[in-house]
Amino acid sequence: MALLEIKNLQVRVEEREILHGLTLTIDAGKVHAIMGPNGSGKSTLSHVIAGKPGYEVTGGEILFKGEDLLAMAPDERAAKGVFLAFQYPVEIPGVATMTFLRTALNAQRKARGEEEYSTPDFLKKVREISKSLNIPQDMLKRGVNVGFSGGEKKRNEVLQMALFQPSLCILDEMDSGLDIDALRIAADGVNALRSPERSMIVITHYQRLLNYIVPDVVHVMSKGRVVKSGGKELALELEASGYAQFEDAA
Amino acid sequence: MNVALVKNDSGPAASSVFAAAQGRLPGTGKVAEIRRDAFAAFERTGLPHRRIEEWKYTDLRALVRDVLPLAGAPDAAALARAKAAVAEAAIEGATKLVLVDGVVATDLSDLAALPSGVTVRMLRAVLDEQSNDSRADLLLTKTSDPMLSLNAALVTDGVVVTVADGTQLSSPLQLIHVATASKAARYSRSHVRVGQGARVTLVESAIAAAGAAAYQANDAAVVWVGDEAQLSHVRLMRDASDAVNVSSELFTIGAKSRLNLFNMTSGAAVSRLQAFFTMAGEGSELIVNGVNLLRDKQHGDMTLVVDHAVPGCTSRENFRAVLDDRAHSVFQGRIIVRQDAQQTDGKMMTRALLLSDEAEADSKPELEIFADDVSCGHGATAGALDDSLLFYLRARGLPEKQAQALLIQAFVGEAIEAIEDDHLRERVIASAQDWMEARA
Repeated sequence: MALLEIKNLQVRVEEREILHGLTLTIDAGKVHAIMGPNGSGKSTLSHVIAGKPGYEVTGGEILFKGEDLLAMAPDERAAKGVFLAFQYPVEIPGVATMTFLRTALNAQRKARGEEEYSTPDFLKKVREISKSLNIPQDMLKRGVNVGFSGGEKKRNEVLQMALFQPSLCILDEMDSGLDIDALRIAADGVNALRSPERSMIVITHYQRLLNYIVPDVVHVMSKGRVVKSGGKELALELEASGYAQFEDAA
Repeated sequence: MNVALVKNDSGPAASSVFAAAQGRLPGTGKVAEIRRDAFAAFERTGLPHRRIEEWKYTDLRALVRDVLPLAGAPDAAALARAKAAVAEAAIEGATKLVLVDGVVATDLSDLAALPSGVTVRMLRAVLDEQSNDSRADLLLTKTSDPMLSLNAALVTDGVVVTVADGTQLSSPLQLIHVATASKAARYSRSHVRVGQGARVTLVESAIAAAGAAAYQANDAAVVWVGDEAQLSHVRLMRDASDAVNVSSELFTIGAKSRLNLFNMTSGAAVSRLQAFFTMAGEGSELIVNGVNLLRDKQHGDMTLVVDHAVPGCTSRENFRAVLDDRAHSVFQGRIIVRQDAQQTDGKMMTRALLLSDEAEADSKPELEIFADDVSCGHGATAGALDDSLLFYLRARGLPEKQAQALLIQAFVGEAIEAIEDDHLRERVIASAQDWMEARA
């Protein structure tokens, strides 16, 4: 069954159309990779799904679990199970990571009409997850992402993913700025979250990440559209031949 | 004197207020003479206005207009209303010293249960003593300011607190100013002397009893921090939303001592804390943190003057304003480093968070440096909440108001963190959260 259906999506940023009728369907439990050159609209797509302000949707629709996603505020989307792992996670000085995690988790649970977590249950859960991701406890006491290395910031994103248990994870250029070791830890964390109920959109410029997070489907984006879809072998093909062939196709 | 030559809207009203107050002002002889001189000094300018440099951004003549009549002595009904307000503002375990409409309320204060090493007298009683000439200096300061002069002219009472050398207080002293009167003014002046090597936490709260509205408060505090002493001074200003509060605090800081001042203002239509610090002994540390949480058309001013008169002292000022609607916040910081005050390390930072396009923040940092081996600096920023941070929080499930509140809390948190007492810090954080919750 389709978890996410994007139909003929058209998006503008300040008078410039970035997505020109993008159509994409993602089934529950599947990992889809979206590849494409810079400026093809990959990050715009991830931002529009998450509800970032500043994008004007001029046509098309996005259905998430059959509901109109574009009508929801970003926090409602998060509560419904949409999670965007940021390409550049922001630093929030003065907000301790633990406080942030707890506030966010409880806000989502409250929005879904679920009971808030008790402190011991919450702490236990965070400790388990951070241990598996090799995140030291003292990092969680610091301000959100403040003084974190690139790898630590990405691991913090994966930690949140594991804590919130979203049904759709969008990983925006998760490999950017990571060395191989950091990439492997983050990818292991992501792989541990693969399940028949959870779908993922892995946005990446390079094939390298897909060696660690192996996709079920690969899409190629160019000039604001999906121009080709295929199996994981499509990524290897792109690595060999580059994106140039699709620039013309679009 | 050419008082009559000065065009002054508040002139006639103020002089009739002073004349009418005579019967209620303690002290005769030298004290009365000082009051007359002080009132004459006030009359030379009247309510401070924008052409007086120190009051450039807080034009009381425009904001306040009139000097209101002196509030009457609180009656039993007023004291009962004050009692309820005090119960809410009281810090757990603190020794309370309560002033109602500028008069010490003995029944509401813990005068009979003072910690050992602490003595408290009423200013009123001291000024009324026959030998009061020797204590007339209680009304004098080396700082000249129109509102401080008006305070000396009209002060009705205050506490005179002495903490003996070496006294280590385990719980705070809390000075609570309660307003019960409406459309009336109060003038109080308190003196606090922290003895050598003593450690004290002094909380000062300004609150309104139920029904108190449109009052004017003019409270002064004169504080000495002895050598090797430590004073933590936390001020929580929660006046009625249509009140005026002008507070003047004067600190003299001895050698190897430490003063940590925190002020949070969320009340009053018009407020100003003007604090004057003299670093009088070497090797001392001054820490000042201020938070203004203002909305509607509130006007809040924090003006700090730090005088480094001796070598080797440090001063740190950190001010945060959160401004909603059409609120206006002012920060003025002056650091003076005298010629002899080598190795002075003085820094100030002021930051304003503007939650509305119509809010206004003014800051005026000034460095006057006469020594050549010093490290001094200042910085100022003003801006809105960061959209990228807001989106990150919302993408994690926080509704808009909650995301904003968390960022505002982080913004003021850095100043609040400077409060050393855990319980007090929690109180202040809760108070800031109340302010944010009222935003929605």
